[in-house]
Order: sequence, then C-alpha cells, then structure tokens
Amino acid sequence: MFEDLKTKNQVPERQAFHEGNFYTSCTDRPGMNERIKSLREESINTPASISIERALIETQFYKENYGKYSLPVLRALNFMEICRKKEIYIGENELIVGERGAKPKAIYTFPELNCHSEEDLQVLNTREQQRYTISEEDIAVYKKEVIPYWKGRTQRDRIFDRVPEEWKLAYEAGLFTEFMEQRAPGHTCLDGKIYKKGMLDFKKEIAYEISNLDFLNDPEATDKEEELKAMAISCDALILLAERHAEKAEELMKSEKNPQRVKELKKIAEVCRNVPAHAPQNFWEAIQMYWFVHLGVITELNGWDAFNPGHFDQHLIPFYTQDIQNKSLTKEQAKELLSCFWIKVNNHPAPPKVGITASESGTYNDFTNINIGGVKPDGTDAVNELSYMMLEIVEELHILQPGSSVHISSVTPNKFLHAAIKVIRQGHGYPSVFNPDVYIQEMLRSGKSLTDAREGGCSGCIEVGAFGKEAYLLTGYLNVPKILEITLFNGVDPVTGKKIGIETGKATDFKNYEDLYHAFHAQLTYVIDLKIRLNNYIDRMYAKYAPATFLSVITDDCIKKGRDYYNGGPRYNTTYIQCTGLGTVTDSLSSLKKHVFEEKTVSMKEMVDAIFQNFEGKEVLRQRIVNNTPFFGNDDDYADSIAVKVYNDLFDLIDNRPNGKTGGKYHMNMLSTTCHNYFGNVMGAMPNGRLAGKSISDGTSPSHGCDIHGPSAVIRSLGKLDQIKSGGTLLNLRFLPSLLKRDEDVAKLGSLIRSYFGQGGHHVQFNIVDTATLKEARNNPEEYKDLLVRMAGYSDYFNDMNENLKQEVIERTENESF
Amino acid sequence: MKASKKPDTAFLFDIKRYSINDGPGVRVTVFFKGCPLSCKWCHNPESQAFKVEKLYNKSKCIGCQSCVAKCPSNALSFSPKDGVVTDFSKCASCGACVIICPTKAIEMSGRNYTYEEIMKTIEKESGIIDSSGGGVTFSGGEPLMYPEVLKELLQQCGNDGIHRAVDTSGYVKPSVIEDIIPYTDLFLYDLKHMDSEIHKQWTGVTNEFILSNLKLVADHDKAYHIRIPLVKGVNADDTNLTATADFLNSLKRKPEVIGLLPYHAIAAKKYEKLGKVYNEDGMSEPTKEELEHMISLFKSKGLHAQIGG
Repeated sequence: MFEDLKTKNQVPERQAFHEGNFYTSCTDRPGMNERIKSLREESINTPASISIERALIETQFYKENYGKYSLPVLRALNFMEICRKKEIYIGENELIVGERGAKPKAIYTFPELNCHSEEDLQVLNTREQQRYTISEEDIAVYKKEVIPYWKGRTQRDRIFDRVPEEWKLAYEAGLFTEFMEQRAPGHTCLDGKIYKKGMLDFKKEIAYEISNLDFLNDPEATDKEEELKAMAISCDALILLAERHAEKAEELMKSEKNPQRVKELKKIAEVCRNVPAHAPQNFWEAIQMYWFVHLGVITELNGWDAFNPGHFDQHLIPFYTQDIQNKSLTKEQAKELLSCFWIKVNNHPAPPKVGITASESGTYNDFTNINIGGVKPDGTDAVNELSYMMLEIVEELHILQPGSSVHISSVTPNKFLHAAIKVIRQGHGYPSVFNPDVYIQEMLRSGKSLTDAREGGCSGCIEVGAFGKEAYLLTGYLNVPKILEITLFNGVDPVTGKKIGIETGKATDFKNYEDLYHAFHAQLTYVIDLKIRLNNYIDRMYAKYAPATFLSVITDDCIKKGRDYYNGGPRYNTTYIQCTGLGTVTDSLSSLKKHVFEEKTVSMKEMVDAIFQNFEGKEVLRQRIVNNTPFFGNDDDYADSIAVKVYNDLFDLIDNRPNGKTGGKYHMNMLSTTCHNYFGNVMGAMPNGRLAGKSISDGTSPSHGCDIHGPSAVIRSLGKLDQIKSGGTLLNLRFLPSLLKRDEDVAKLGSLIRSYFGQGGHHVQFNIVDTATLKEARNNPEEYKDLLVRMAGYSDYFNDMNENLKQEVIERTENESF
Repeated sequence: MKASKKPDTAFLFDIKRYSINDGPGVRVTVFFKGCPLSCKWCHNPESQAFKVEKLYNKSKCIGCQSCVAKCPSNALSFSPKDGVVTDFSKCASCGACVIICPTKAIEMSGRNYTYEEIMKTIEKESGIIDSSGGGVTFSGGEPLMYPEVLKELLQQCGNDGIHRAVDTSGYVKPSVIEDIIPYTDLFLYDLKHMDSEIHKQWTGVTNEFILSNLKLVADHDKAYHIRIPLVKGVNADDTNLTATADFLNSLKRKPEVIGLLPYHAIAAKKYEKLGKVYNEDGMSEPTKEELEHMISLFKSKGLHAQIGG
C-alpha cells in the first residue's frame, strides 16, 4: 500500500550513471581489455565522413565500359574494380579486418542510384545532426568528375521521370514514402551457407549451372548465362579483396616492432588467404568470413538495412566448440574476436540520403540486427554459450550498431530471457524481444517450408524473412491516419488544399459510421493501388539496371535459377508495404463513432471545422475527446475492435497481390521506424484530439500517452490483432529504471513478455529511461553524447534525434504501476 | 429491512492491473474503500472514508468553468489561484460536475462494483497471473471491513484456482479474521507500532486487535508477509523494531517476508486533490544508512527483512 498509484516518478532514484546508459567515453572505457577499449573508443569518437573513392572508381569505370557488357556483367566488373582499387585499411589493434571506405566510418556514395548534389554534400558537412564530414577539395572533385556523368542516368532519375501526376501529389503530401528512390531494395539476412562453402565452392556451382543451360529451348538461357558469369566475377572480386588484406597485413609485419602484433598480423594474413575463397576452418575465420561477405554486400550496393548475419550464435557454435575442444581458442579470445566484430559493424553508419533538407530523411543507423537465441531448424531450443556471450558483449560495449534481438520461444529457458532483461534494464535500448513461435507461423502462412521458416528470423526493425533464401523488400510507409484525414475532406489535403485522393463524399453527408468507414476504405484502396503500381515499375528498374550479382551468389536459389536477387532469383520473393499509425487512426475513428454518430454530442461539421482549425478555440471539445474516448491499448473492445477491423482491411488490400516476380507476393508489415514523426508533420489535427504536426502513433503501439491501464492492458489490446497475418508488428513499451531494480521485477517483466507472446505477439521492445534524465539530456547534449534511445524499431543516440523525436521519447507513457 | 439481504456489490476505489508490489508474481489489486485507521502518512487518503469522495486535480483543470455553471446546488466557485473550490456544505455529491468536466480534473472516488465486473477484470489478467505465479490481492482501505463481500470474492477466486492475498491492517474482530482464513492463501499484514499508545496517536486506533489477530494467523499456520511502513519520527527506532522482532519471534509460524516500506511524502498531491491538508509534522524519510541498520537489527534477531514489500 505504499505504492503510489497516480503520481509519476519525477526524480530518478539512481544516478543516471548507475543506470548504465551513460558513460563518458574517455573516462569510463567499456570493453573487456585494452584492445577492445581502444577500438571501441576509436569507433565512437571518429566522426562519420563521406568517402568519394567508390564514386570515382565507378564513374571512371562506367565512362569507359558502359555498353561493352551485359548489365549484370558490367555491375560485377564494377564491383571487381572497386575491390581492386579501393584503399585497404588495417587498424592498429584490429583482429577482424576490412572497412568499406579507407578508414572507419568513411561512408561511400552510390551515384548510380542517386547522385548527391554539391549542395547535398555541403549540407551533410555542416548540419548539426548526423553530420558526415567531407573536405571542400573532395566536393570540388565530386562536382567535376562524378555529378555531370550521372545526370539523367541514376535510378532516382529513372523513377521520378516516370511517376504519374497523382502519385507525385500523394507522395508530396506524405500519404506514403518511397524507399527505393534513395537506396537499393535490401532487407535480407544470411543463413549458414557461408560457413560451409567458400567463394570457390560457389563458383563451382555456378559453372555447373552454366554447363547445364539449355540454349535450344530456354528463351532465357542467354540472360541466365550473363547473370551467372556475373556472379562468378563477383566471387573473384571478394577473394581479391581478401587477398589484398592479406598482402596489407604482410606489408605491415615488415615494419612492426611489437612481436605480439607481428604474430597477429601473420594470423590475419593467413585467415584472409583462406576466407572467403574457402569455407572457414575455425572461429576466427568464421567471423572474418562473414565480415568479408558483409562488406561485399554493402560495397556492391547500398541496400536498405545493410546486411545481417542472422542467427550468428547458431552459425558460430560449431567452430567455437571445436576450437575450445582442441584448445586452439579460449573463451576470452572468442569474446575478444566477437567484440572486434561488433565494433566493425559500428564503424559503418548508413549511407546518407540525397535531398537531405527534406524532413523525412536522416537516420544514421544501418539496422544490422543480430538474432540471438530462438529455435534451431528442428524446432528445439537454440540458446548456447555464445548466446550468453553475445548478451555480455551487448551490455559491455553499448554501441549503436549492431542492433541485437533476443528470440524467446516457448522452448527458450527463462534463464536466457532473464539474462536478456538484465541487459535491457541497463537502458542501452537493446536487445529487442521477438517471438519465434509467431513469426515462424507468419512465414508458414506466406508459403515458406517449415525448415526455411525456422532458419528465418527478424532483420532491420521487426520484419520477418527466410534468411538466406528470401528477398523481402520494404517499399515504403503508408500514412494510414492521413488517408482518414483526406476522407474527412472528400479527398482534399486540408493542409495544402490540394486534391490528392478520390472523391468519396462530403463528411457532413455521412449518415452513419458505416458510411464514413466505407469512404475511408475506398480512399485506402485508391492509395494502396497507386503505391503498388509504381513499386512494380521501380522493382523492374532494379532488375534491369542494378542487379545485385554478389548478393545473388549467397541467396538461394539465385544460382540454381540463374536469376538475380532483384529478378525473382531467391526462393521467396516478398514485397512489403509498411502501415503506420494504427493507434492514431483507431482512436480517431473511435472518437468519430462515439461522439458524432452514437452520442451525437458533436456534429460532424463541428468536428471537421475543429480539426481544420487545429482545435483553436475548441480546447474544451478537444479535452472532452482526449479524456472521454475509448482509445487503443487499454484492453477496451470498443476501440480494439476498430483496430482489428482496420488491420484486417489493410491486410485484405495488400496481402497476396502479385509483385511482378514469379510467385512473388505483397505482404503487410506494421512498423514506422521514425516515419511516424514525418507523417505527423504533414498532417493537420485529427479527431482523436491530436494536434497538427504532432507525431502519429508508432508501429502498432497505442497513441503516445493514451494507454492508461498499464502494460498488461496494452498487450491484451495488441493480442487481439491476428499478428500471424503480418510480416511483423512493433510494440514499444517504456519503463522507468527504478521499476526493474529487483531480480523479481526481472522475472515479472519476463512473465509480461511470455504472456504477450502467448497471446500471439510478434515483438516488443523497452525503453528503460526516466523523464528527468531525458530532460537533462536534452538540456545538456554535450554531457550525454552516448545516450542511446530505442524507439520504434531502432536505437539511436538521443542527441542525434530532432526536437520532435526527443519530445516524443519524453512524453511516451510511463508505466505508472511499476 | 434490507439488513438481512446479502450484498451483491463491493465498494471500491480502484482495481489495478499489472500490480507487482502486492505479493508474489503479477497481480490484480482490488482496493476497497474505507478504513478504520487514519494513519497520518497514508499514501491512499482517498481509501479512508467509507463514502464517495470528490477529487479535484488543479493541474488538469483548464479553467473552463463548465462545472460551475452546471452545479445544481451552486456549490462551486472558480478563481484562477485556487481553481474550482467546492463548498461541501452545499455539495450533494450528485456528480454533475464530474460528467461535464472535459479534462477529468474532477473525479469521484469510490463506487459499487459488481462481483462479475471484478471477476472479469481478474480474468483478463489471468494469462500473466498464471505465467508469473501471481494472483489477486484484496487491499484498501481495509478489505476486512467488508467481510461478507470479501469472503464471496475470495471463494469465487478460489473456485477459479487463483492465488488470493489479503492486505490488512488487522484491526478487526478476531471472528472476522478466523472466518476468512480458510479462503485466503496469503496475508499481507501491516505492523505499525508495538506501543499501543503511540499506535493510537499516529493511526487513530490501538494495536491490541492487530497483534492478537496476527497471532491467530500464525497459529493457523497460514502464510503471511509482514509490511512495516517505516516512518522516521514515528516507528523507525531501535526500541520499536526490537519489540517488533521479538514479537514476530514469539509467533508459532514466522513470516515469509518482512518488507520495510520507507516513508515518502509522495502522496501530498492526493491530499490536495481531496481538499485535505497533508500534515507532515514529525514524519520524515529514513536515510539509506538507517535502513541498513534496521535490516541488520532484524538480522541480529534471526529475521530476514528487505526493502519493499
């Protein structure tokens, strides 16, 4: 009874430092030893920069060779050229080697997709948040050598030259975003094949498929041969890249004075001569193998979500067990190598976008999401010693990348779940928590085999995929609340006055709630069709102009089919549309239903006028709505049934539609990353009382601050959605650190997670922070440089977020009962 | 006469889901309204009166004065400094102001809940109750002030296999305790002070019933946790805690948990909402060192005490 039921905790009970989400990198240097400490410190303190190396090599190559080869071969030779000419970097203390650019955090541009203008580069160099440095000299070279050649030749030019007027209107108004205009479609993850086969083995498979081509009967035989030849070239390119690292290590040995380092360099050279040409033989080689493959994927193209080793603990455990048994590796060395890998990933922020003044742009994180735990392909518990070691590393290093997630199936031991919660409660934002029992069913529903589904998992934010066998392309976010907004204005965007939807009747003419919903459904149908029509065009442009010939080597069944990753080569070909703002749209519909149609306390005219005027002079009405409407997230069937209806209708409108690839289908995804902020910015007020410009709800979470019955009511509401129909849902819950102090609190949070997963939940993540700390961080950014905040599917540094995002993190519901 | 009719509702001021500080696992806590004690540090002052009470939260009030206009008894007035002020001599507790208030700055605390409504809320939480080894906790106020209602709810929970805890001050007739012991799995039993006079000074009642009833619980070999609100200036002294430990050691069955709940002036806002004055005179929060000292004091007596319930 000493628990206070209504008062929010204003004062942090522990010093922020003790929460673990703060540290000053120079005084408190996390890491298991001096090597890891210094590598980590370097990774954090090095500013991100633009490296124009790739653009220069590529532009020169295109100038000389475009038209001489088929496009797949041209792309593969271009990749080879970069691997041949790029500068090789081996850092002072490194064990795992390889940087995309010439040094840590030097990020390439990809002018064949979208070419940064001089102004873009200037802004990148000078903006306060997520700055990428570049010298004036490099900008001048870029302006002279790179920009002129790509004018009219980029993927982005191809897309925007072709867009229909109505698409453009809808896009500019913020009804949806378009992923593929900035970065190549990516979103994939690797399975275990590269630990069993080297590039030379893949080349043998390629040669076999070429020898079997049927030039007499197969009309595609020539295209397949070109694609396969290109894949073989890509294998050679990666081997070349590794050999150049071996040579660099040997060169460094000559001038190295420290005998210990000489030994290490010798080992690095030996490792790089074996992988990726051959399958790895030990733990060190296995990690280095993956890292070269990762580098290959992110150098070839700038695919969304970079790349991802998938179930890394499962892939590495045979090497670990073998090396420990034959005493060639100690536990400490294994952890050191893994830590080196972790830092490598952190050295690679996302390639910056073009047109960066646009408010929708700007994430720094490249979404590599290591899957820890979960199930094996036979369905049994996959947690092993390395799973715990990886949790330790996540906790120790607390760096932005790679992201990590724990996979908690009904067969996962509580010991592992509780170990993960103890990391979560440190407040670094990681790991997020996934439910294999549900996502395996999601994959089975969308046509995967049981084994492929179990080898799959979640990448990026929350999206599900069959690792190593599926292209699952995210194509953009859908602003579902804005579609309701234009429904209330007969297809016109009240923010700009432009007509961006179809005419579905004046709101004041709707006789009942069903009329309103019917109109909303018609607008949804129109917008989704608009989006899909252009998606399919962009998809073909990638297949034609930007085949990913290296990624195709390592994705089943591209070699067997002789088809590219972008051209239906993978075993499964999925296209996702990510729907946002379920909370906002549900609450708005609930408000209209209750106040306008049922209780008739507000007329439709009054409501529409009020939102048009952003509730100015209507605060009493707004307060009545905010405080007296059933909202999503409170285990209230009135609101939850609306959410279920909208969710099911989105599903019916998107799921199973053809995406232009043989057997390929559209599926629905429910995430927003940070886009709920941009979408909120382009919207006026809504009938749920949300004011103009304010963020809409994230993922499938309740609207911010509207869940007032605690986390167990939230999960019950979310549990009403049939999440197996989706390709992922996202739930953010925020907890104060003081609520997870005792070990029994950890167990109770574990029960909350298990209970949600028992109800069919796909994912949940926790922000363990307190308001006072966040306000302090906002006021003193310098002192809180390292504060990681996890929200809406990713982690970012608090001070790299804009004011709206910061405000949102502060406002998000604190679960008072804790 | 209605007196013979069995009650079919419970008079509560709240039901809280995902409650993690009221017994083992995750629980639903059912708060009865009305308490025979009036502890000066009480964190739920709205739990004390056996009647519906009006709460006013000035920080939520936007000053629209719809309530002032609506009140049929003309009991309300508004000033920017104090917000809405109720003249309780005129207020008929009709609730018109609650309905009209757009921000829920005015709320009524306390209403009758049907058994079905309470059981349905518990059922909604059953997934997490099961997975966490939790249950339901009847708290208050003083749940034992409603023995028939409590017994009925305890029986219904028992039929559904739900773990039942009763959070009590122990200030009731022994027969009431005896009657519900068979239907209770765990008592959360508050001990405020071993000296009856001092007990009365701070809580309004003496402690004889409380101590003899605790003995009754222990004699029945029923599981119980002791909860001691530790208020510096009231009971957080060696004399009282030594007496407490000796008393616990004299019992037939020892408590499973001794939870020390350090005092905090966190509830001041609630008193304000009730229009009451929170008098903190003579009470303060024990320091960390003092808390550690008290834990070691219990330890020296062979008892394990912890911070928190």
